[in-house]
Amino acid sequence: MIRVAVQPAAIDVAGALAAHDAGGHGASASFIGRVRGDDGLTELFLDHHPVLTAGGLEELATQAAARWKLGALTLIHRIGAMAPGDTIVLVLASSPHRAEALAACEYLIDRLKTDVMLWKRESFADGRVSWVEQREGDHARAGRWM
Amino acid sequence: MLQISYFAWVRERMGVAEEVIALPAGAATVGDLIAWLAARDERGARAFAEPQRIRAALGGAMVGAGASIGDAREIALFPPVTGG
Repeated sequence: MIRVAVQPAAIDVAGALAAHDAGGHGASASFIGRVRGDDGLTELFLDHHPVLTAGGLEELATQAAARWKLGALTLIHRIGAMAPGDTIVLVLASSPHRAEALAACEYLIDRLKTDVMLWKRESFADGRVSWVEQREGDHARAGRWM
Repeated sequence: MLQISYFAWVRERMGVAEEVIALPAGAATVGDLIAWLAARDERGARAFAEPQRIRAALGGAMVGAGASIGDAREIALFPPVTGG
């Protein structure tokens, strides 16, 4: 079962895990990305493309499911305005054994940082607003999976 | 006609989320279009001052600056992505 979502609503991690695990799996790996409140950050805004963002996530999910033996895959990315502590992204990958689940989970978070149309904008308590720059290290990590 | 959509700081600098243009003569590739937009007016000059920082999606697929626009009807122009 593959579930992919792009949503402005808060991500219900417990609910998503319950739905994901309904079939029962030998091994489940998870990645939860949250908004950090570093440097007085007050808001993180995620810009997205109305069609291609979801399409990009679906393509990554399809690639991961084809590459590893996954019993279930959940990929949920939040968009819009978020506060420190909010969940930005949830990746759940399950397989009969741990190696596939862990690898698929890492692959999905690495690749979505470089391949999916999403842009972060940070607002700070002192009034600064800035778009986040892509990091070289993210490309290096994503490139390991080619 | 070609619909162009802009995202993140490219949209902010252009001042619009999208526009429809007649593809200018001589603009065969994505890179040509970006150069034309940069030369067209001040907001274009600001948005596309560093073309190496611009990414593009043509008809739903990510493409490089050398990609031919052909008879595509939609193009998205945006900065490198920063999700996750």
